[in-house]
Amino acid sequence: MAGSYYEKIARINLTTGEITTEKLDMELARKFIGGRGLGTKILYDEGVASAAPLSPENKLIYITGPMTGSASPSSGRYMVVTKSPLTGMIACSNSGGIWGAKLKYAGWDALIVEGEAPDWTYINIVDDKIELLNAEKYFGMMSEEIDNALKAVHGSNASVLNIGPAGENQVLLAAIMNDKDRAAGRSGVGAVMGSKKLKAIVVTASRNNIADIIYDVPALKAANMDCLKLIRENGVTGQGLKTYGTAVLVNIVNNIGAFPTKNWQESYYDKGDDISGETLVDTYLVKNSACHRCPIACGRVVNVNGKIVGGPEYEPLWAYGGNCGNNDLNTIDEANMLCNELGLDAISVPCTIAAAMELYQRGYITEEECDGVPLEWGSTRALIEWTKRMGQPASPLARLMSSGSARLCEYYGHPEYSMSVKKQEMPAYDARGIQGIGITYATSNRGGCHVRGYMISPEVLGLPQQLDRTVTEGKAFWAKTFQDLTAVIDSMGNCLFTSFALGAPQYAALLNAATGTNYSPQELLTVGDRIYNIERMFNKAAGMKPEDDRLPKRLSEEPISDGPSKGQVSQIKLTLPQYYEARGWVNAFPTDETLKKLELDECIGK
Amino acid sequence: MIEVRLFATLRKGRGKIFQLEAAAFSSGTQILEYFNIPLDEVAIFLINGFHAKPESIVKDGDIVAIFPPVGGG
Repeated sequence: MAGSYYEKIARINLTTGEITTEKLDMELARKFIGGRGLGTKILYDEGVASAAPLSPENKLIYITGPMTGSASPSSGRYMVVTKSPLTGMIACSNSGGIWGAKLKYAGWDALIVEGEAPDWTYINIVDDKIELLNAEKYFGMMSEEIDNALKAVHGSNASVLNIGPAGENQVLLAAIMNDKDRAAGRSGVGAVMGSKKLKAIVVTASRNNIADIIYDVPALKAANMDCLKLIRENGVTGQGLKTYGTAVLVNIVNNIGAFPTKNWQESYYDKGDDISGETLVDTYLVKNSACHRCPIACGRVVNVNGKIVGGPEYEPLWAYGGNCGNNDLNTIDEANMLCNELGLDAISVPCTIAAAMELYQRGYITEEECDGVPLEWGSTRALIEWTKRMGQPASPLARLMSSGSARLCEYYGHPEYSMSVKKQEMPAYDARGIQGIGITYATSNRGGCHVRGYMISPEVLGLPQQLDRTVTEGKAFWAKTFQDLTAVIDSMGNCLFTSFALGAPQYAALLNAATGTNYSPQELLTVGDRIYNIERMFNKAAGMKPEDDRLPKRLSEEPISDGPSKGQVSQIKLTLPQYYEARGWVNAFPTDETLKKLELDECIGK
Repeated sequence: MIEVRLFATLRKGRGKIFQLEAAAFSSGTQILEYFNIPLDEVAIFLINGFHAKPESIVKDGDIVAIFPPVGGG
């Protein structure tokens, strides 16, 4: 393997201020590709699994993949890999925009940030030069504000990654923002950055491509042309996502009766069309937008009370919408904007508000605790005000809510109302009505998540083929395959959305051309399997227990109350053992034989 | 009556929700013909919330939801 890596990692110790350059271990790159896979392997090897997540011993790895910044489609991705303060397990939050590509253009495959700065600090990278600068004057700034302020200092060619007030406050639902409205959103990675007093990372690069390190430029060009054709001709990636964004899912998922409503007490929202992608286009949408080198362009730009900002994806539309009993689209746009400005996870925050609303509905949270803003279903004022409070928590209830629904509901003695897995909130698809997605929720190494194996694609969208969403047969194998392929795509640095049009053969062609490897599609899936297993071994070392692979009781014990999927429950107790068998796991963890087969010998006996 | 719901680009020039006389339609294909929707523009065809082939039989009281190719995550 020769191409598509600069073979350079910067290690930045914020405690001592020492910055060193390390050579990327190319044997590790071959085995774990980059991004999510390589980042997790480094974190595992450096013993971070036993660190307290918000201590100086935790590390933050900002990592690109070999395809990041390349001419391949939708290649603007980077990942933040760390130990999550929300779940206590592996975090890998993936973001688009251009920051990741700029990091690569500057000549870095990854940054490993460790320690804790004595004062608020930011990292300034200009090609191979890295310096630590004082960030005290940026403290307290909203995400967009600091983006503008740092560009004023370092020039408009700079790209800025930062945390807002939520990260500063070590809110467990804090995101890392880049390029104003793109987020490494999940698992509280922003809180880790805040715990290190690291406010921002600015990157300026002389390069604007990585053609100088591509192994076979003509072969990559040919593979890329093939992929672009498939993306253009595919109805989802060619037209659907461009026109309506991910928001178009509101009506689809609602019409099958798997649209969790009022904290999953119901699964059909009778006002769903009010908050749909179609309605967004007809009302507040200004235009669509694209991340770096992305032909799909699914991003939304909306008008929020006269301000033109990044708009909501499907997830916040659902979470601030039906899941909180709210059909006011402008409020969702505004709340989503607040999440971006404060630097908050726009899935977990509204899901935690929904859990709080159920606790309020049942009388466990009192009106007095709400401090003038009752947590009533559909209250637009509550959605806006509690989002602000969670970003900069002052009251006891705001502090509790900012720690996520699991800790909130545990505090009130009713953990069953937290719709989370491994303490991270589940996304917008009811696993009672879609059996396969429940497997990926339960077994996701980073907790409740839809982008670790998007079973919605075959079970709802019919891609690559239509599966019956209500049956369990074969779903364990499908879930494993989707998880493995996703791990590969995340590690390469391409956007997962390309997979609506592309499959393992196309990813293998891109990677082989760029790096000089010779992976078959099946071998690439084996790499994905290895990545999934190293994540699981990190979790094991972090103290994960088999019972952490579980869905909330509501999904197995409370049938869907109404709508098209009325009466359905998750069959996770049946499918989980099938999944473990497909993985070669016993009691949630890989056997020694599985580890050996995946060339993870260093994990045997751990 | 059969309730027909159209989504995304299929709404353009047609509308959102329609109540059709059940007696006039025996299959989803006839509904597509009624709305002049080419088969290759249909990616998801739901009858009462469950995926079905467009040629499936439809009956009084059914809710039919029709989507072009769309996706997300």
